[in-house]
Amino acid sequence: MAAPMDGVGKHPAELPPVNSTSFQKKTRSRLISIPGTRPSVQNGQLLVSTGVTSLDYLLGGGLAVGTVLLIEEDRYDSYSRMILKYFLAEGVVCQHKLFVASAQDNPEDILQELPSPILDDVAIPKVVEQPRLPCEPQDRLDAMKIAWRYQNLPKSALASSSRFGHYYDVSKTMEPEIRQAAKCHRFYLPDHPTQSSNTHSPMLESYSALLKSLEEVIHREGFDVVAPMPKSRNILRVGLHSLGSALWGDDLSCHDNPRHRHALTTFLYGLRALLRSSLSVAVVTVPSHLIQDRALMGSITRLCDNAIALESFKGSERETNPLYKDYHGLLHVHQVPHLNSLANQLPDHKDLAFKLKRKQFSIEVCWKPCIFMILVVLLLLRLFFFFFFFFFFFYWSCFVRYFVLFSEPISHILSLFAILCCLFLFSSQTLSGKSHKSDASPTCAYFSLLLGGKNKSEVIDYCCCHVYYSVALSVQCSEKSLFL
Amino acid sequence: MFTELNSILNSTPDSFTQGEFILLSDRQSDASFLIHHFLSFYLRARCKVCFLGLVQSFSHYSAVSQRLGVSLTQAKEKGQLVFFEGLKESLSILIPQEGNTESQAMDFLRDPAVGLRSLYEFVVSSVSGAGRAPEGPEEWGPPVLLVDDLSVLLSLGVAAGAVLDFSHYCRAAVCSQLQGNVVMLVRCGGDEEEDEGDDEGSAWLLRGLTHQCSLALHVQGLPTGYCRDIHGQVEVCWRRRRADGQHTQTKLFQYKVHDKGASFFARGTSSAVL
Repeated sequence: MAAPMDGVGKHPAELPPVNSTSFQKKTRSRLISIPGTRPSVQNGQLLVSTGVTSLDYLLGGGLAVGTVLLIEEDRYDSYSRMILKYFLAEGVVCQHKLFVASAQDNPEDILQELPSPILDDVAIPKVVEQPRLPCEPQDRLDAMKIAWRYQNLPKSALASSSRFGHYYDVSKTMEPEIRQAAKCHRFYLPDHPTQSSNTHSPMLESYSALLKSLEEVIHREGFDVVAPMPKSRNILRVGLHSLGSALWGDDLSCHDNPRHRHALTTFLYGLRALLRSSLSVAVVTVPSHLIQDRALMGSITRLCDNAIALESFKGSERETNPLYKDYHGLLHVHQVPHLNSLANQLPDHKDLAFKLKRKQFSIEVCWKPCIFMILVVLLLLRLFFFFFFFFFFFYWSCFVRYFVLFSEPISHILSLFAILCCLFLFSSQTLSGKSHKSDASPTCAYFSLLLGGKNKSEVIDYCCCHVYYSVALSVQCSEKSLFL
Repeated sequence: MFTELNSILNSTPDSFTQGEFILLSDRQSDASFLIHHFLSFYLRARCKVCFLGLVQSFSHYSAVSQRLGVSLTQAKEKGQLVFFEGLKESLSILIPQEGNTESQAMDFLRDPAVGLRSLYEFVVSSVSGAGRAPEGPEEWGPPVLLVDDLSVLLSLGVAAGAVLDFSHYCRAAVCSQLQGNVVMLVRCGGDEEEDEGDDEGSAWLLRGLTHQCSLALHVQGLPTGYCRDIHGQVEVCWRRRRADGQHTQTKLFQYKVHDKGASFFARGTSSAVL
C-alpha cells in the first residue's frame, strides 16, 4: 500500500506529464498536509480521525495531534477494544505509522482483528499494479477510447485514501495485504524483560520501558516537531491496551490502597510530554471499573486530554430493560480538550448511547422513541383542537354551541392524557436510575432538544404548564358552554 | 484579561493589591480559564512573572494568551516572563539519556520523597534574581508567581504535605518579602461528599491552601447539571484582616467562557434565561 505513494514522492521528475489538463487543483503549500488529517475549525489544530465517525463528531471533529484519548473500558473490554481497533485501522488506511502496546494479547493478534475498510474511492494497490504490465499491449488494441486530455492521468491517483475518516465493516477483517503494508511497531510486555532497579521513582519498570521504546520510535522515525523537516511528514498512532491492569505489574486494580498509586499518572504525564512534542496521537484504554479509588480515576482522567467511558449493558439488568433495547451501552464523555483555546467544546448532549450495528459501530443521542411519539401526537392534537375551536367560535357562533358541547369531553380526555404523559415521563426518569443527575437522564435530554437546550427546572416548568394549560382549557370550555 | 472579573475583584492592571495569595480551585469543572486571566492581567500590569506551567505546553499558553491580547514570546524575550515548562523538563528525567543536561527543578520525579525544595529554589532564583538587578532598559514591577496546577504534583507522587510546604515557602518569599502576588490552581475531582473518605490528598491540600489564602476563587459546575449557556459558578471569597478581626466576604457568580474571554453574571441572570 505504501509503494505507489512512495513512488510519487521519490520521483518528482516524472510528475509533470501527469498534469496534462489545464485545470489544476489549487493547493495551499504553506500548511503541512498529511493524508488523513485536517485542521480543526475552532482552533486550527491538526486533527486525525478515530475511525468512528460519530466519535469524531463528539470530540469536536477528531483527535487533535499530540493528545491522548482515554477510553474507560466496559466490563468485558469488547467495545473499548473495538474502538481501539477502529483507531488503528484508520491509521492503516491513511498510511500512518502505528505503535501498538499490550501486556495481555500479542499486538500482532490485535492487528489481525482490524476491521475491513469499506473503500469506494480507494484502489487497493494489488489491483492497480498487477494488471498494468501484462495488459498494456492488449489495452492499446481494444481499450475504450477516452478523451485525450484524461488519457495521461494516472490510473488511480488515490492509492491511499486521503479522506478524513472511513467506514469499516466489522464483520470482516482487513485483508493481510493492506495490513502488512502498514508500518507498525509492536510492544509486547513479556518480550521486554524488566529488571527491577532500586530507584525511588514512582513509575513502574514496565511503564518506563514502554515510554522509552515509544520515545525511541518517535526519535528514530522523525516524528519530533523540533527535528529537521523531512520530505514527507507522517503521523504516529499509538494504541496502548489495558493500562493499569495487573498484567502491566500495576496493582491499581487489585488493592484498595495500591502501592504504586502514582505509577500510571506519572506514566501518563510522561506520555503527554512525549506526544506534545511530536506528531503523534494516542488512544489508551484503562479498566476503570476495576479501580476502586474514584479520586485516582479522576486524576488519571485529568492527565488525558479526551476521556470517554463505555458502559455496556452486557451482564447488567439494563440489558433487558425495554428502554435500552435499541442500544448496546451508554457512552459518557468525561473530558474534552481545550487546546489552544479558552473555551472547550462540550458536546450538545450528554446522554449518549452506542450500538453495534451489523457492520458499524455508532454513537447516538439516546432518547426514547415512545415518549417522542406521544409528545408529537399530543402537540398535534392540541394545535388542531385550538385552531378548530377558535375558527368556529369567531365565525360560526351558532355552531359553537353545538361544538363546545361536543368538545368538552375531548378537552377532558386531552388533559388526562397530558397528566398521564407527565407521570410516565417521571417514572421513566426514575427507571433509568439517573434522576439524581438531572442532565444525565435521557428524557430530559430529549426535552432539552425540544425546547432548545435549557436545564431540568425548565423542563419541569414546561410539563407543569402543559398540565395547567389543558386544565384551564377544559374549564374555559365549560364556561363557554354555560355562557352560551 | 476579563474586564468583568476585574470589576468584581476591584482591581485593574494599574492598581492592584500587593502581597496577595490567590487560590483558584475547581470541582467538576475547569478553572484554567482563570489562570489565563491572571497571566495576562499581571503581564499587562508590567509585573515580573514566573509561571510554572506543569500541565500544558508553552504553545498552548501562548496561543490562548494571544487571543487575550498578550504575547508570551515577547514577554519572555524582554525578560518579563520566566516560563517553566514542566512537560519538557520532566521528559529528560522520565526517559534518562546520556548527554542530557537535566534540570534540577523537577528533581522530585526521581524520588518524590525529596519534596519540592529544588522547585522552590528555581522559583526564588527566577523571581528575586531579576528583581534586584533588572537587565536591559526596562524595569519590572513586583514579582508574581503563577502555578498551573498543584494537583499534578500530587499525581506525580509528591505528598500533600510537601506541596503545602512549597506553597507556604512561596508565600513567605513572594508575598511577604518581595510584596508580590501568588496565584495557585488546585483541581479536585468528584463530589464533595465522596471526598471525605477517598481523596484525602487533594481535599486536604485544598483545605490547607484555603486557610493560607487571602482571596479564593472556587469554580464549580452547576448544581442542577450541565447547561450549554452557563458553564458553572464561581464563588469569590475575600479574607481580609482588619483591626476588628478577620472579615470574610463571599459572592457567587455564574460564568460562561467565550472564545476570547468570559462573562460573569449574578445567579439567574444569564441571557439564556432572561
